[in-house]
Amino acid sequence: MKVYLDHNATTPLAADVLAAMQPYLTERFGNPSSLHAWGQEARQALEGARTAVARALGSRDKDTLVFTGSGTEADNLALVGVAQAQQARGRHLIVSAVEHHAVLNTAAFLGRQGFEVTRIGVDAEGLLDPEAVRRAIRPDTILVSLMHGNNETGVLFPVAAAGRICRERRVTFHCDAVQSFGKVPLDVEALQVDLLSVSAHKIHGPKGVGGLYIRRGTRMVPLLHGGAQERSRRAGTENVAGAVGLAAATTLMLRDQTAAAKRVADLRDRLEHGLLAAAPGAVRNGHPGERLPHTCNLSFPGLEAESLILALDLQGIAVSSGAACSSGALEPSHVLEAMGLSRDRAASAIRFSLGRGSTAEEIDRVLEVLPPLVARMRRIHAGGPPGRGAP
Amino acid sequence: MNADELSLEGLVAVAMSGGVDSAVAAALLVRQGVPTVGVTLRIWPSRRPADPGERFDSCCSPAAVDDARAAAAALGIRHYVLNYEAEFDREVVGYFTAAYLAGETPNPCVPCNARLKFGSLLERARGWGAARVATGHYARIGRDPVSGRHLLRRGADPRKDQSYFLYGLSQAQLGAALFPVGHLRKEETRRIAAELGLGVAGKADSQEVCFAPRDYRPYLRERAGEGIAPGIIRDSAGTVRGEHRGLALYTVGQRRGLGLGNPRPLYVIDLDPATNEVVVGEDRDLWTREVRVEALNWIAIPFLEAPRRVLAKIRYAQAAAAATVAPAAAGAVALTFEAPQRAVAPGQAAVFYDAADPDLVVGGGTIRRRAPADGAPGREGA
Repeated sequence: MKVYLDHNATTPLAADVLAAMQPYLTERFGNPSSLHAWGQEARQALEGARTAVARALGSRDKDTLVFTGSGTEADNLALVGVAQAQQARGRHLIVSAVEHHAVLNTAAFLGRQGFEVTRIGVDAEGLLDPEAVRRAIRPDTILVSLMHGNNETGVLFPVAAAGRICRERRVTFHCDAVQSFGKVPLDVEALQVDLLSVSAHKIHGPKGVGGLYIRRGTRMVPLLHGGAQERSRRAGTENVAGAVGLAAATTLMLRDQTAAAKRVADLRDRLEHGLLAAAPGAVRNGHPGERLPHTCNLSFPGLEAESLILALDLQGIAVSSGAACSSGALEPSHVLEAMGLSRDRAASAIRFSLGRGSTAEEIDRVLEVLPPLVARMRRIHAGGPPGRGAP
Repeated sequence: MNADELSLEGLVAVAMSGGVDSAVAAALLVRQGVPTVGVTLRIWPSRRPADPGERFDSCCSPAAVDDARAAAAALGIRHYVLNYEAEFDREVVGYFTAAYLAGETPNPCVPCNARLKFGSLLERARGWGAARVATGHYARIGRDPVSGRHLLRRGADPRKDQSYFLYGLSQAQLGAALFPVGHLRKEETRRIAAELGLGVAGKADSQEVCFAPRDYRPYLRERAGEGIAPGIIRDSAGTVRGEHRGLALYTVGQRRGLGLGNPRPLYVIDLDPATNEVVVGEDRDLWTREVRVEALNWIAIPFLEAPRRVLAKIRYAQAAAAATVAPAAAGAVALTFEAPQRAVAPGQAAVFYDAADPDLVVGGGTIRRRAPADGAPGREGA
């Protein structure tokens, strides 16, 4: 039985989403900027998709939503766009230490361009204190970027509280909601964000499309220059099929969001409790309550995450850990490091992330396979290495 | 073999470097119906932005990963890339740098095999159910029918034999090792690769050290910085002849780059880390019959009890020569060649083959510098 528990990496495309996209990959191929009927048909679909996604975020103004090529691009647009537009006012940026690399590396890039970046830490459970944001804001701060839900631990950040602080201090506030969008309710007014990133392929939509909510009046410059698409905020012929896919996926996720979140949380808890009980020495990483419903991050001290993942893969079970580098090998997690976890605990951390299609049978399969695997690996390691030859 | 249905009984992990030898090693296992998984060790730093000047263009580089992955896909086996950056840096690069700083000429392939490929890789692989590790080395495993000891022999192709780099494997490691191409000649390996449609069939063999440029000196300077201090060059009579730029930048037998004028050519005959001196002499001073070997690993025998005749190699690219090994103090051995050998380099491996069965590796160790009390190099049997 094959079990996919890596939904935070990506998700399978829902059949309904594919069906919604299909016409825009085939007969309705027009360019939304064209005057003629083909173009108008495409334009209509695009704007309909835009409306749906904006509304899902609590925005009545569809033009606050810009379609991008990915969640990463949305993050880049937010950070670089604001930094470049507002640098006369100041050059200080604030991010958290556990942001996704799309935010951290963009911030680092801006750091090399002469901006100053403050990284706010988290506690041992991955929680962030909004007062730390208030303390970090300076007269020359132009942007704060905090994620909504962490992709590795699922831990939720106090976005609304931070949003309130940023509004008081008149600092532009960006939220990377890529992991949260669709899974839990998000409202840009309640959160008081100026910018918010989303991604389709995390919610059973297609890869290659994301979105950035931009509050009216936010000063930014575009990343991509060329045509006037997306109201001159993102040049390039629009990915109509992709946008339609993102909208369809969004609609699907919102359909019974509360019930689905409960269902997934129950499965996640079953997995987590089962593993903590049955796998010797396993510990949870991240706050147990303040987190997304579908993510579970456990460490198996004394073992290597890489070996566990490999062993699970050989049994047909897909999980992940940390981040992958371009070669596909695992890298240690900056998130766990920021939480102050020991090297051993960080090196043995596995992320299990569920999706809409996850079932109780799949969870039980993991509970059947993983504990004996852990026990066997511990035995092998207790036996020591196979005997060294000469140095 | 369908990559989806993988029986885990007797699973073998093949270390795939992206080269033709390891690809064919995997192919031969698959052909025999052995459950096989390919692994590539990522040994290069991930965080450094890609630098075209970096050496990582040969074994185990990003491009090599693609070749290994493609070969695995062609064979229908799974392939994993494993993060070995820290261990490689510690066990191989660290050793490499430390050896040069200590005035020795390192042999990084030796610890890579003993500590990484058949050390921690084997250990990790056991964790996920593999029983053995296979590589594309040209060497052969055997079993002594009487003692039961695991044996190591040269590969069948004398021009490619890599047993020299495998002398450090313990009994347990040899028991878990497989060298599927060890009984082939290189042309046969390439032919098999071509037959199987493996793109790497025509790939050039990797040469030299896999992680440092051919001229290792700038690389070493970058890594060891302060450890490289200038000092004096003297001859064996003690006369100061000039200055050197750091012991690590010289090798025994080196003639170029000394910057010394002399009627007859001068060579580095010794590197003294205690005094940070380079000792030079003439060609005749490079020759010796006596070599001190430490850090021994015995394969065909449990240990050396009495002097024994062997055929010994003191560098990879040199034929084994008749010699005797005799136990010396503190577990070391005294290796005495019948004929004088030139430019014996401390830090290199000395590997002993059986005098009667020249393919059989008896054991080996690391050549160490002979302290002046033993007699300065070049004084005996010249």
